[in-house]
Amino acid sequence: MGYKVDSGGFYGEYGGAYIPEMLYPNIRELEDSYMNIIQSEGFQSEFRLLLRDYAGRPTPLFKAERLSAHYGTQIFLKREDLNHTGAHKINNTIGQILMARQLKKKRIIAETGAGQHGVATATVCALTGMECIVYMGALDMERQAPNVKKMLMLGAEVRPVHSGNKTLKDATNEAIRDWINHPVDTHYIIGSVVGPHPYPDMVTRFQSVISEEIRMQVMEKTGRDYPDYLVACVGGGSNAAGAYYHYLDDRRVSLISAEAAGKGLDSGLTAATSLLGRPGIIHGSRTLLMQDDDGQIEEPYSISAGLDYPGVGPLHAWLAESGRARVYAITDDEALQAAFLCTRKEGIIPALETAHALAALEKINPGAEDVVVVNLSGRGDKDMDTYIDKLEI
Amino acid sequence: MSNRIDQLFRERDKEILSIYITAGYPGINDTPRLLRALQEHGADMVEIGIPFSDPLADGPVIQQSSQLALQNGITLDLLFNQLKEIRKSVNIPLVMMGYLNPVLQMGVERFLSRCRDTGIDGVIVPDLPPAEYESHYLELFRSYGIYNSLLVTPHTDDTRIRQIAALSEGFLYLVAASSTTGARTSVGDQQRDYFQRLKMMKLQVPGLIGFGISNRPTFLTACKYARGAIIGSAFIEALGAENSLSIEERVERFMGEIRGKIPA
Repeated sequence: MGYKVDSGGFYGEYGGAYIPEMLYPNIRELEDSYMNIIQSEGFQSEFRLLLRDYAGRPTPLFKAERLSAHYGTQIFLKREDLNHTGAHKINNTIGQILMARQLKKKRIIAETGAGQHGVATATVCALTGMECIVYMGALDMERQAPNVKKMLMLGAEVRPVHSGNKTLKDATNEAIRDWINHPVDTHYIIGSVVGPHPYPDMVTRFQSVISEEIRMQVMEKTGRDYPDYLVACVGGGSNAAGAYYHYLDDRRVSLISAEAAGKGLDSGLTAATSLLGRPGIIHGSRTLLMQDDDGQIEEPYSISAGLDYPGVGPLHAWLAESGRARVYAITDDEALQAAFLCTRKEGIIPALETAHALAALEKINPGAEDVVVVNLSGRGDKDMDTYIDKLEI
Repeated sequence: MSNRIDQLFRERDKEILSIYITAGYPGINDTPRLLRALQEHGADMVEIGIPFSDPLADGPVIQQSSQLALQNGITLDLLFNQLKEIRKSVNIPLVMMGYLNPVLQMGVERFLSRCRDTGIDGVIVPDLPPAEYESHYLELFRSYGIYNSLLVTPHTDDTRIRQIAALSEGFLYLVAASSTTGARTSVGDQQRDYFQRLKMMKLQVPGLIGFGISNRPTFLTACKYARGAIIGSAFIEALGAENSLSIEERVERFMGEIRGKIPA
């Protein structure tokens, strides 16, 4: 049983490209060319150079001594929070902006929830002088005002989305509609390993620089090139896909995915998609999905704006269903506690999304000699309001 | 019994008018009444839209009607129940149009069986790709006698148009422009070329032009290139317009304008 995408764009039963005919030429063009472009020497050298000199890679693998002592094991943090713009998102947007240039596209569109992917997209558009339009739910624009201002400062146009619940899912719908209406000159930079094939695979490949580095760094630090546990949070799942990539078929490595349980799995206010979802179609992909009996997609909830997506990347649906990844549901409160613990023990304020991965350390019981790598996907600057609220209580 | 869609294309040569409605809109129970009124006032076929929370191919008008219909409480199951008796009063072809997910949740086979029992003639599922339809569902559709009409657009190349047309039953949905529904486009050179190209291909399955057809002039232009046209957003707007007309009066006025009986 393999975990890489098959020739039809599926991971097991999940994936595919369930798109209206209007999008077919765009998706087909991308599918026909993405592998050739990614594997070309010219693309690779430019991509690698920007990852190094612009994003600041390789990001360090840091031995978290005090957290290790706390949990009685060996914990390493993969410092994606040290990337330019503060998270792993930039790995993907650098890759995709170069892809867009190869495809001779002039106009970039993107969706964003909390604004992190929007900022990462606006950043690479500024870098390359491309027109940039970011769709963002009107409600999210209110909640994430500083990121809206960052995107504007970077020269992007931020279009408020008033349809549906005015959040990430609706912003994604609107970006797809824009693409339908601009079939020739526009590239859509999706922010996660979601959407129609080849997006999940393409974004995974751009993020796979994370596991490539982990392999070398773990070797340097421990004398073997794999950890026993690899822990990451999953919303759409791009940081987890990138951290898992080179270990997907390596059974020595336990993959641990942390999903947002919100107020609890039974509370009705949750985003634990692969635990509670059922197979369905969202944004062109067959995956596990929060939906009602009538097939209407439900709005998820999480304290973390980066995890409240009603679907999950098709790779993660397959990893969960096949048992390759163990999925833990982490509540808002557990994530907050883990964020404070990491901050006090290591002097690193993690993003709320990342805090879910850190909270999973409470659930697994690694041995004293085991090597545990947590993908520290982003930094917590954007979440300071939430953290300050909790400090004052 | 032969399919009512075939019968329509046999009996009527040109200016075939299909109207799109959103099930459960404007009122949750309005669908049967609307179907009767549309038949009475000259619609040749009706596409009954199954509301979906995330209608990616639709513009604002149909998005809003879908959202309102869902707020009204419509479900696919309830829609079939509302239409149980419809064939006692309506005999024009009826097509269900909807996104794949609600159909998958009901189960494709159960959906088709309920279509057959209700007297539904065809289905349009824009996000079910032709290849997936062919490999997974075509036989099932055939066994229930339900037609599947597929879409082509100005950016679909000739080879693919032929492939899609060969799979499409009843009619081929000719999307007028690369857009979401309800975009008001005039027929430009690029579209004329596309329509002309389609005409030259002499496809066996008849075509209906949809997307952007909103009034008598655009309807007539479309009819120059195809057997007829589909009107969606413009009709939904007429249903939702603020005035004191009843549903039947709105239908009568709208259809009168399109058919040229009432000046617009």
